[in-house]
Amino acid sequence: MTDAAETATDTRTPAEVADARDLFSKFDPLIAEREALLATGVRDPFAIVMDEVKSPTQAVIKGKDTILLGTYNYMGMTFDPDVVAAGKKALDEFGAGTTGSRVLNGTYQGHKEVEDALKDFYGTSGAMVFSTGYQANLGMISTLAGKGDYVVLDADSHASIYDGCFLGDAEIVRFRHNSVEDLDKRLGRLPADAQKLVVLEGVYSMLGDVAPLPDMVAAVRKHPNCMILVDEAHGMGFFGANGRGVYEEQGVEKDVDFVVGTFSKSVGTVGGFCVSNHPKFEVLRLVCRPYVFTASLPPSVVATAATSIRKLMHAGEKRAHLWKNSQRLHKGLTDLGFKLGTETPQSAIIAVILTDQTQAVAMWQALLELGLYVNMARPPATPAGTFLLRCSLCAEHSDEQVGQIIGMFEAAGKATGAIG
Amino acid sequence: MTDRQQIFDSVAAQIAPFNKKGVELTEATSFAGDLEWDSLTVMDFVAAIEDEFDIIITMNMQAEIETIGQLVDAVAKLKAA
Repeated sequence: MTDAAETATDTRTPAEVADARDLFSKFDPLIAEREALLATGVRDPFAIVMDEVKSPTQAVIKGKDTILLGTYNYMGMTFDPDVVAAGKKALDEFGAGTTGSRVLNGTYQGHKEVEDALKDFYGTSGAMVFSTGYQANLGMISTLAGKGDYVVLDADSHASIYDGCFLGDAEIVRFRHNSVEDLDKRLGRLPADAQKLVVLEGVYSMLGDVAPLPDMVAAVRKHPNCMILVDEAHGMGFFGANGRGVYEEQGVEKDVDFVVGTFSKSVGTVGGFCVSNHPKFEVLRLVCRPYVFTASLPPSVVATAATSIRKLMHAGEKRAHLWKNSQRLHKGLTDLGFKLGTETPQSAIIAVILTDQTQAVAMWQALLELGLYVNMARPPATPAGTFLLRCSLCAEHSDEQVGQIIGMFEAAGKATGAIG
Repeated sequence: MTDRQQIFDSVAAQIAPFNKKGVELTEATSFAGDLEWDSLTVMDFVAAIEDEFDIIITMNMQAEIETIGQLVDAVAKLKAA
């Protein structure tokens, strides 16, 4: 049989021709794996619908009141009355959307106001707002590092950092996760005169572990022609005296050239940004493709973000309560016998490590049926091929809710055999 | 023994801990197809090779390397540079 005979044509689908292939054939193993999993009767972990959202910590899923423990809504700003009011006002005054690029018709007063709020929050001279956090990394990395330059990144970097590398023309070099020695060695092997962008994250989102930034910065500064970008997606709002992130808490603000962040976690809406003190920062608005060739954020979104960012400057009490929640849940789960992603609570993310997909899905579903939503994460998104239930706490989780959460983990863990 | 053979032997020694199925290693053995490595194993292995030969194999280069023979060639070239 010839190849042509085995190929589906546009008038005959693969289903009609035995063993025919088309562009979807590469996904067949994934389709089969999912079908096998769902055939066991479990609910699909990647198809949850929130029918009602009552607060930053509560939703209704299939008619059941559910505590949300997998939303990255760290500071609980989504329902803040001032934030919601600012959004409604902007919606009334500026309409539903901008229908345009930031560099054409898509920059309104609100976009300037949110960039001003970021400059005040971070104490920087420059701030650039993107339509998502994903696009902020995509844009910054692909634009800063060009042909002949190097991007040096942690192996456990978020997909948006990898995709920023692949969008650009630079050479890409990885080092072992959070290894200062590995970073140092690799920088030492690169040409001294080449320009290098080192990309780090404050908090790594899968296990919730924090980077040893002072040691990493010191290693980078031993080598010439390096700039440092730190992604604080999971650090903003929570770490540091001003809530700027892990790089502030660890005292390396002067050594970081670019901070990338998102509005979709602590800020409580959607959008991404980069802040910097570089004197030529503004030129990026003209050359950064993921900034130029997409529509800007709607007026209501930038208004909610600006209001939320300014409130986060004075959120010391919320930060303290969030730390308390994280420490309490970490201890509670450890005492129950769960294996966690970090030995100590390092961030507002607590990852429960399970043995395999079957156990992870069983545990995830048992929790959901008890009224608790957490994220299920699986390879290749997870490090070292692990299956995780990832919990992200909120400053609005009450002491009572944290107690309920620990109780539900105990019940689900015993029912599924994940703990003894 | 030629330089190339030495590199091949060193590469083979680095593959050993990741060769769970005991696949026979030749110039034509492929990492994805024959050794069935996933992206995480590739990451660990590349880091080991980089440290063994004190070189950098960028992800751009890795995309072009499918077989042991191609990796040996790349290592020889990078060591000579």
